[in-house]
Amino acid sequence: MTTLITPWPLVDMVIWAVIIIVFFALAALILTWAERKIAGFMQDRLGPLAAGRYHGILQPVADALKLLQKEDVVPLRANPRLHLAAPALVTAGAISAMAVIPWWGIGPAGEQIGVVPADLNIGIFYFLAISSLGVIGILMAGWGSANKWSLLGAMRGAAQIVSYEIPVGIAALAALVYAQSLSTVDIVNSQAGNMFQWTLFKGFPFNFFGGAIFALGAIAEGNRLPFDMPESESELVAGFHTEYSGIRFAMFFLAEYGNLFVAGLIITVVYLGGWYAPFPFLDFIPGVVWTALKMTLVGVTIIAIRWALPRLRVDQLMALCWKYMIPLALVCLFGASLLALIDGPARTITGVVLFVVLIGAVALLGREDRRPAPAKEY
Amino acid sequence: MEQIIHKDFYLGRLEDPGQEWLAQELTINMGPQHPSTHGVLRLEIDTDGEIVQKVVPHLGYLHRNFEKHAENENYQQVVPYTDRLDYLAAMSMDYGWVLTVEKLMGLQISERVLKLRILFAELQRIASHMVAVCTFSNDAGSFTPFMWYFRDREMILDLFEMTCGGRLLYNFMWVGGLSHDIPEGFLEKTERFLDYLDTRWPEYDRLMTDNHIFIERTANVGILPAAVALEYGCTGPMLRGSGVSWDLRRDEPYGGYENFEFDVPVGSGAVGTVGDAWDRYWVRYEEMKQASRIIRQIIKDGIPEGDVRADVPRLVRPPKGEVYMRTEAPRGELSFYIVSDGSPTPYRVRCRSGSFCNLSVIPELARGAMIADLVLILGSIDIVLGEVDR
Repeated sequence: MTTLITPWPLVDMVIWAVIIIVFFALAALILTWAERKIAGFMQDRLGPLAAGRYHGILQPVADALKLLQKEDVVPLRANPRLHLAAPALVTAGAISAMAVIPWWGIGPAGEQIGVVPADLNIGIFYFLAISSLGVIGILMAGWGSANKWSLLGAMRGAAQIVSYEIPVGIAALAALVYAQSLSTVDIVNSQAGNMFQWTLFKGFPFNFFGGAIFALGAIAEGNRLPFDMPESESELVAGFHTEYSGIRFAMFFLAEYGNLFVAGLIITVVYLGGWYAPFPFLDFIPGVVWTALKMTLVGVTIIAIRWALPRLRVDQLMALCWKYMIPLALVCLFGASLLALIDGPARTITGVVLFVVLIGAVALLGREDRRPAPAKEY
Repeated sequence: MEQIIHKDFYLGRLEDPGQEWLAQELTINMGPQHPSTHGVLRLEIDTDGEIVQKVVPHLGYLHRNFEKHAENENYQQVVPYTDRLDYLAAMSMDYGWVLTVEKLMGLQISERVLKLRILFAELQRIASHMVAVCTFSNDAGSFTPFMWYFRDREMILDLFEMTCGGRLLYNFMWVGGLSHDIPEGFLEKTERFLDYLDTRWPEYDRLMTDNHIFIERTANVGILPAAVALEYGCTGPMLRGSGVSWDLRRDEPYGGYENFEFDVPVGSGAVGTVGDAWDRYWVRYEEMKQASRIIRQIIKDGIPEGDVRADVPRLVRPPKGEVYMRTEAPRGELSFYIVSDGSPTPYRVRCRSGSFCNLSVIPELARGAMIADLVLILGSIDIVLGEVDR
């Protein structure tokens, strides 16, 4: 049920939109700071320290203000309309995804309920669809910039994001088998109880691996290392946003960190039980704290991965998606659906056996015919 | 540049380049402002999508007329210029120059100076390879080893600073001696640093050498067969990475290297093919350990007492004649050819640098590679533009 703040739906929409945008921007700012501090921690240095007295806490604000003041350069041969619209589209895609993220609230009878800007009955489907809006923005930025590096980055980005949507979608389907609903509020409600009721542990081990695929796909769709093909700083200068400066670059930046935030939230909602505490005796802590904690855990993990790993090559990235993740996601969907029919303690044992058998079969059927690479002439 | 060629022609599927579906290759300028060209190098690349068809390196953005400058200064005054050849290995550059001049003059150098020179040259080799390896990791997309190596390199720079005051360009090696003696506590500090460095190797192994993604990215990329390496005159880690065991310090010892024991690591294709980018990385990585071994031997053997400036001539005036001398700098063989007419300034100076010859092989290596590989190949060649353009 869509939660109404005021009796008038239109006014409600505006209020929710403002709340979402403010929240999104704030979260993105905090995440940029967190990223720099975590990077500093991993690299044996301090990170931002000066702005705002306490550990550079105001550094993101200073950065944002600096970017706002900078000249907004449009290259001479760029397509001005595409160049203008691209950052808006990318940011809009990331912000719109927030509409179906449920938050925690207390119902009239004192029970925990989901407060959601728009409780669509196709919630998760809407999320998957709207999060690919960014691809169009990336393509527009790459094409509209009249820069060959941007174009290469945009083509890489399009190929990557479109490919990674497939395993993410299939893995999400496997999770939905247990929720019996596409609505995000119902998905969270189906995970009530202790942490073993979370989707991650339902239909074990299928949804466990499904969750891993979902998370990897989220990293890939958020263009973060080790999957940051569209940007690949050391190869493509800055990828699709090479020609952007000032406020429009800031919007790409905002979208990138907003995507990280949204990815953390959706993983929390679909796999980690949303606002529910891991154990019932911890229920006295408000659900919003749990959501934030889980989202932070996911976000910090994604940030730490970025600073620990090198980047994949673009063909290796595609191979990972099409040769490994999609078959694994299909196995997860198949196995999770089968397990949903079994009840009781036999479920976990059956699940593990089934998983090994299925993975073995897929690996056997899909084994590669390895031929040596043709010799190169010098 | 309006060459319209069928896409499949490049992939070997079509005989006739003008058939049906037409595609045009994309000419991209990589550099001079590009994060991965390690300075001001411009690569003109023709690509078919992500596949590189042709690479033409354009040099000269950093040309500083080193040879002509050297011919107008006296021999001692050239040392600050050699500093600026390979600015990441300035000690090794000075070392090559002073050895050449001393060979021309037939100077006898005290053992203290010889040992200290080797010590500093090997410290410099560690520092230089650290930059090589960490920028290579940065090219592969991981930034953390970059910061870690710079953290450790800082300690070597501190050692240099406490000796001669310079952190990047030292003017430390003089013809006939050294500009400064080592300060008190230098050797102990060096040893402490080497002990510290030994504890770091496992970390770097995990982040780079044995990292799965790193191996995937670098194995079988930019394979340089030994024959091609020899044809192009590649030297240093480039040549050794291709499986050729050739190190001037061992095969043509100079300056007292014959007194020390060390191994010459050679690429073996441990994770891919002999001569791939990983092999070149590994050779540099192992050379750092070998350099630390040499330094430990110097410290253990003890350095005889003496004045490091005792042999420095008031005016360097070599006899008429010419001399050629080559040394093993971190980025390949560095050689100087000097013609002297008996005056205090050289009549002609010619410098042959490792980076320049190593870079010349990039059109061969990059053909058929992807753009992402091209960046890694360039990183594994490890050029310093100051040395390429001179």
